[in-house]
This record gives sequence, C-alpha cells and structure tokens, in this order.
Amino acid sequence: MAKTKLKQSPLATAQIWWLLATGVIVLVPLAPHAPPWLTAVAALALLWRGALAWWRQPLPARWLLILLVFAGCGAVTVQFRTLFGQNPGVALLILFMALKQLEARAARDGLAIVLLAYFLALAQFFYSQAIPAAIATAAAVLVATATLLSLADHRPSPPALLRQAGTMLLQALPFMLLLFVLFPRVQGPLWGLPKDANSGLTGMSDSMAPGAISQLSQSDAIAFRVRFSGPEPTRQQLYWRGPVLSEFDGRVWRASRELPRQQLPYAEPATGGIDYEVTLEAHGKPWLFALELPGQLPAEALATPDFQVLAKAPVISRQRYALHSYPALHAGLDEPTAVRQQALSLPEGSNRRIRALAASWRAAATSDEDVLRQAEAFFLRQHLLYTLSPPLLGEQTADEFLFDTRQGFCEHFANAFVVAMRAAGVPARVVTGYQGGEINPVDGYLTVRQYDAHAWTEVWLPDRGWLRIDPTAISAPTRIDFNLAAAVPAGDPLPLLMRVDLAWLNDMRFRWDAVTNTWNQWVLGYNPERQRDLLRRLGMPQPDWRAMTAVLAVLCGIALLTLTAWTLRNRRRPDPAVAQWQELSRRLGRRGLARRPTEGPFDYGERIAAALPDIATEMRAITTLFCQLRYGKEGENRSRLIVELRRRVASFRP
Amino acid sequence: MRLTAALHERFVIWALRVRPPEPAPIVLSQRRVYVLPTRAGLGYAAALVVMLIGAINYNLSLGHVLTFLLAGLGVVAILHTFRNLVRLKVSPGRTPAVFAGEQAVFHIVLQSDSDRHALRLWLPGGEHAVVDIAAGEAADVCLRLPAARRGWLALPRIGLETTYPLGLIRAWAYAAPEGRCLVYPRPAAKAPPLPWTAGDAGSERSGGMGRDDFAGLRGHQLADPPRHVAWKTAARQGEDAPLQTKQFAGAATTRLWLDWEALPGADIEARLSVLTRWALDAHAAGFDWGLRLPGKSIDPASGPAHLQAALTALALHGQNQA
Repeated sequence: MAKTKLKQSPLATAQIWWLLATGVIVLVPLAPHAPPWLTAVAALALLWRGALAWWRQPLPARWLLILLVFAGCGAVTVQFRTLFGQNPGVALLILFMALKQLEARAARDGLAIVLLAYFLALAQFFYSQAIPAAIATAAAVLVATATLLSLADHRPSPPALLRQAGTMLLQALPFMLLLFVLFPRVQGPLWGLPKDANSGLTGMSDSMAPGAISQLSQSDAIAFRVRFSGPEPTRQQLYWRGPVLSEFDGRVWRASRELPRQQLPYAEPATGGIDYEVTLEAHGKPWLFALELPGQLPAEALATPDFQVLAKAPVISRQRYALHSYPALHAGLDEPTAVRQQALSLPEGSNRRIRALAASWRAAATSDEDVLRQAEAFFLRQHLLYTLSPPLLGEQTADEFLFDTRQGFCEHFANAFVVAMRAAGVPARVVTGYQGGEINPVDGYLTVRQYDAHAWTEVWLPDRGWLRIDPTAISAPTRIDFNLAAAVPAGDPLPLLMRVDLAWLNDMRFRWDAVTNTWNQWVLGYNPERQRDLLRRLGMPQPDWRAMTAVLAVLCGIALLTLTAWTLRNRRRPDPAVAQWQELSRRLGRRGLARRPTEGPFDYGERIAAALPDIATEMRAITTLFCQLRYGKEGENRSRLIVELRRRVASFRP
Repeated sequence: MRLTAALHERFVIWALRVRPPEPAPIVLSQRRVYVLPTRAGLGYAAALVVMLIGAINYNLSLGHVLTFLLAGLGVVAILHTFRNLVRLKVSPGRTPAVFAGEQAVFHIVLQSDSDRHALRLWLPGGEHAVVDIAAGEAADVCLRLPAARRGWLALPRIGLETTYPLGLIRAWAYAAPEGRCLVYPRPAAKAPPLPWTAGDAGSERSGGMGRDDFAGLRGHQLADPPRHVAWKTAARQGEDAPLQTKQFAGAATTRLWLDWEALPGADIEARLSVLTRWALDAHAAGFDWGLRLPGKSIDPASGPAHLQAALTALALHGQNQA
C-alpha cells in the first residue's frame, strides 16, 4: 500500500463555491438561535471568502485568522460566561465554520468544513426537531455531501453532483432505517445536561396569580396529546389534573410542599376505568397531567398527597405514559385533620366582604353540603362574565372580582370560590390543569393545547371526600361544554387556531397536526421503551441489546449484500440479438457445432448449413436476420425483427 | 520500519494470489480488491461517534436519524469505491525501449464496462498516474520508472487504488501483468572517434565502401587508416599542423565495423557504452556499419531496424536473452 497523502493541491474555484454553499445552508437555520454579533461575523466571513474567490485574491494571512479565532472564542466566553455547554458549543461551531472558510486551501480543509457542516446540521435539532427542521437539515446534508463529492472530483456540474449525492443518500436510507429501529437505544442524558438545555419551555406553573392562566390561553402550542383505547370520555369528564394549589397568601396560590410518595393515596376501583396514553410535550416541570382521577401511577412517577402525578425529573423531552382513570372516583374520605386544616387557612384580614357573606351562609346552613349549594347559587346570581381580558384587580382579588368587576377568567372564578368556601369553613383548594381538548378527526388523537389551560376547585365534604366544583362552569357552562371560543364574548382576542370561521384552515390544521403527531410518536418519540414495544410486536421475544445487535448485524449484512449485488450487476444488458445468437450457438454446441470465437456470422451460418443440410434454409434465414439486426441500419422495425429472431431461434431444432 | 516493509511485501505477494507475471488481461476480481478507510474516513467515523453521543445525551431522535444516515453513507461509500475498482481489466501495453539513465515508460491498458473515476496507478519506486475511464472504453496509462541499468527491466507489480467518490474509503489492488522494457546501454558522453578499420577491411565487400571519389578533408582521428591521411596537405602545412584525413564518398554509404575488441579497457559497461554511442553516431551519419561483440556479430547495414538489432544486442550482452 503506497502512502496516500491527502490531496494537497489547492482548491478549485468550483470547490470553493461548494464549500461556501455548505456554510450558508447550515448557518442560515441557526441564525435565529445564535447571538446576533456571531451571525454578523459569520455572514461577513462568508461574504469575504466569496469576494476573495470572485476576484481571485489570496486568502488572509494565518496570523490574522488565529487572531480572529481567539477574539471569537473570547467573545463567546463573554457572551455565555463559559465555553462549555450546548449554546456556547454551537456558537463555537458556527465561528469555526465561518473562519475555516477563510483558511480553506486544500481538500483536507474542505473535509473539515464538511464535517463541521454535519455537526451544525445536528446542532439544529437542539432548537427544533419538527418536520420543517428535518427538511432543512436534509437539504443541508445533501449539499454537504455534494461538496464532499466535489472535493474528490469537482468537474461534474452542480446538478450532477447533487444527483449523485442524492443517489448515495438514498442508498444509505435502508441502513439508516435499520439502525434507527434496531440500534439499541439508551435513554439520555449520559451525563448531566448543561443548565441551558431546554430553556424557554412554556407550560403550567406551580403557582397561580390572577392573569397567570389567561396568559397561557393566548398560546396555541400543544400541551399534550391523548389516545384513548376505549370510547372517548364526555367533555365534562375531560379535566386534566395538574398542580394542586392549597397555600394562599392573599394574592398568589401555591402548591403545598408535601413530599411525593411512591403510591397514590387511595385505592384503585375495580371497574369503570378509562384507558389512555398521554404524549406530553416538554414543559420543564415535573407534572404529568392525568384525567381525574388516575387509578395507578405510570412507571417512574410519584404521587403527592393531593393526588397529583409527578415525574421524578422535570419533563424536558417529549414523554409518553399510559394511565387508567376513574372519573367517578372521589378520594380522600379519611383525609387527615392537618390537610383539612390547611385547606381552611386564609390570610388574616383579607377579602372581608366574602368573609361576611360566607358567615351568613354558614349561619343559615345545616351542613357543609348546604354551604356549597348556597355558594353555587350565589355565583350563579352574580352574573359573572367569563372573559379573556378581565379588568385589573387590586389587593383583595376575590372581593373585587365577585362584587365589583364581576369579569374574570377561570383563575378568578377558582380563586374567589375557594376563598369563599374556606371563609365558610369548608375545606377547599384550587386545582390547575387543562380542561377539554380537541379530537383530531384524521388520527383520532385528542389534542390539548395551552389555551385549554384551566383552573377549578376541589371541596372536601365529610363522607364524600374531595369533590370537584368548577365555578367557571356555573357562570359559563359553554367553556366546559364547548371550548374557550364559545364561552368568551365576541371581540375577545382569541388564539388563531380557535377561530372557527375558517373551515378549510381547520381541516388543513387537523391534517398537519396528525402528521406532526405521527412524526412525534414514531420518529421523535422512538425511545428505548417504544423500541422494545415495537420489536416485541414484530416478534422478537426478548428485545435486549444483544438480540438487537445480532438482528441488526444480520439485516445490515443482508442490505449490504443486496446493495452490492445491485451495484455490481452488469449494467449493460447484452444486445437481445446477440443473446439470441449465443443461445443458438449454445444449442448447436450440444451437437459439437458451437461457434468458434473467431468465426463471423456468415461463416458460421454457412458451416452449419453445410453440416446440417435439412435445416440449412432456416439457419440462413436466422443468420440474415441476425446480421440485419446487428450490422444493419437502425430502423423502426427493429423490435419487430427481434421478435421474429426470438421466435425463429425458439423453434429452431438442430 | 524494516519489519513493516517486509510484512507489507509478504502481504502484497499474498494479495496478488497469482505468481507474477499474470497472463493478460488481468481482471481485478472481488477477492483481490481490498478496502480500508482513509485518514479522512477515520475522521468521518470519529465525527459520527461524537454525533451519536451527542444525540443520545440530548435525546435527539433526529440526531440519531442524521448520524445513522451518515453511517449508511459511509457504508455506501465503501460500495461505490469498491465498484470503482473491481472488475477492471488490466493489460500491459507497448513499452518502447529506452537508454539507461532515462525513464522507462510502461504503457498499461485499462478496460472497463462501467465508468471509472480517479483511478490512481503507481509502480513501487515510480511515479503515479491518475486516469478516468468511460464505460466500454479503454485508457492507456503511462507509468514511468527510472531505468538505471541496461538489459531487461521487468514491469514491477502495479498498484491500483481509488478513493472516489467520497475520499473516505480507499480500495486498492495489485496486479503484476507481464511487461518488460528493454534498456539499452547508456551512450558514452565522451567516445573515441568512429573506428574506421584498415582499407582492406572494406575490400571484403565490393562497391559502396566509399573509397572511390574524394569528398573532402576532416580532422584526423587515430583510427583513420593511414592511407587516407592527407600527407600532401600535411607536408604543405608543416609539422605543427594537425593531420587531416581524406574523405571519400562512394556510390553507397561509408561502411565501418564497431568492434568490441578494438576498445581498450576492462570495464564491460564502459565498452558497451562507447559502442552504443558509436552505433548511434554511425546511424545518424547514415553509414553502413557492423557490430562485433564476443560471440555475436551483426553484419554491416544501415537503417532503424539494424540500429535496433544492434542496440538490443548491446543491451543484452552477457545477459540471459530470455
């Protein structure tokens, strides 16, 4: 083996343009996520390189580039306070990609740029793994691969190189699919994620101040998707339980700080469950939303004493869990006194008007249940208006909402109701989560979006346990029966997707949503668990990493052999006339009359005609036909002649 | 270094699978084409490992997809590179004779049924050549090798390799087609004048030796027959003047014998070298000339074929003629 040097010859102009194109196509999708100064530096570097190539000027001096690299690293450090982690890492890759362009002299530098491009294509997935991002990355990989091809041979035209790159990537697809399905998956992270990973997720928080949920209601981002294995529950049952808030400081509701446990604090009923699977989008908090009330915990989950399901770690990637829920279940019959006591506490001196009202209910009532009836009746009488843009409230939020503004969003209703119940001596607490959702007719998944965020209340009654009361439903039943758009007054700003008047848009949206969901479920959500499920369904009894590796090796081997056979097969099919002629010679060969290698068709025909006089005429006809096909003019009747030759050879009996 | 070189030599002999030289045309079968990653390919693989770790750590499902796609691309690159070399037909081509000290030019004919790109051929110790071949065509590749010594220079084994199309994988093979280059002795830079033998040497053959018509004078050389010295001129010019030799033009060209025995000295190569120079000069001057070597004699004649026969005899003097 001779020592192979990487080609040291300077880059051709075509190669320089390819490298620039690669730089542009991987850097553009990253521009919104990089610091603006870095995007500007990268753009300038690429423009500079382009100008140098255009006017055929020499590359800048090495000392200048070294200086720029150090300056860039310094700026990245200043920007992110560190050089390590996801965002600084991506920033450094962008910097190197831009500056390497100005230093690319030989094919080896070109290879470095292509590898950097592959890394940057991967880095795009930090920010989005949706279908458009995948398409953008596919384009980037295509161009980068064409660039790699151009480094080996830059003479073919750009379309030819792109076509060749496309062909090779298509041929790589079977391997990609096999590896994707069968490569033993490891649940990340392998080590601690940098702190800046998954920043900027939206979702429900563990506290509720007035206006907290109406903020969410402006977002049509998807919170989670649900697939029911049986019939769908009614809309009135679709309460997705999230953070339970029982601590109140007069303005803000907070979750109690009880430690979560391994088990739910109540027993699972024997019958009446709803089976479903939730695919929860990342939201950066530990809660796992469940239909009220879940019968058991999903794997790797915990439960709080107030019936909340929590993941052991914040949900920073899309997560799937299966649950059974029992809408008729009332839990907490034997709730300890401490819990009930906490569910009665109100800050001293707040909301005096409600306190006075509650005292009057209590005086007139014989039981807690009676108090509850009176409170519900009062809320109904107040003609409270459910709106997305309530007036601002002062210190006494419950009082002001209930008696003055009488306009509010679900958190105002829940807040006022719980304050009233507690004031009347009935244990109560706020439950936040989502209510409702939308069935996608295309794939049957129920989609719950951020604008379905909701707050309701729970009241504890002796002998009945915790009872769900939705004060919003008292005043605005359409919110529960239909959705937000139906419940709020016309003119309230609604999220775009809630505007019902655009039927075709809705149809498109459902379709796109179904595609996205399938993508999420099968491509992005293909984790170790789903891999085991799929392989079991495909008939692998014990899908551990050994079995997967073995099957993977076998299937990759088969794919490789198939592809080898396909690439090595003789791509030039022999002329059909020649094939027939050879067949003839083969048959005559059985009688020792095979054609000699140097024998021309006429000589051979005459030899056979002389040797076998009874078929001489037929042999001469075939010979003439063959010569006409092989050496005659290209004509339209060629196919007809071939058919005739084939027929004559087939019926030839030497 | 010695050991690796020796091991490598063993490998090449094993890799050839056939005792060289091989009958032409040599078809590079699947079994004799070897494939390994290049340094760039190793870098690519290392980059993929890092990407996979990143995809796992950040739970990037599309990161897995991308990494696996690029891994598949690497596998496909193996196939494409392999296909670029396999089933190539290698035959030795024409190899013109050269003089020692020049570069022997071996022509290698490559034939292919499919398109081939950027095939690199090299000889051990020689330079390399890069060639593309279109489907169904043949390419003639010149491989140069310094020819140091006269005699037959056998075509060493040829290395053929390609890293096309991605440069990540190298496929290579060895072939040892039968081919040899005749290397004539190096013509002496300084040679004595042509050895004109005594006049009767020419009388053995009548006519055309060139003693009939006086053609002119030239500077005397020691080997000139004394009869041809222009004594009259010398007497006229005095003692110090150089001797001159009369030249005659015959009906045919002048004839002379290039004789091994006429050259003093024991160094065989030096003698051959001088004889070669004489042969070339005699041929260039258009003389009829003959060559006498121990055990071999070529009768006087002229023309390229004669020159070639004489040079071949000189090249192979004392060597096995096979």
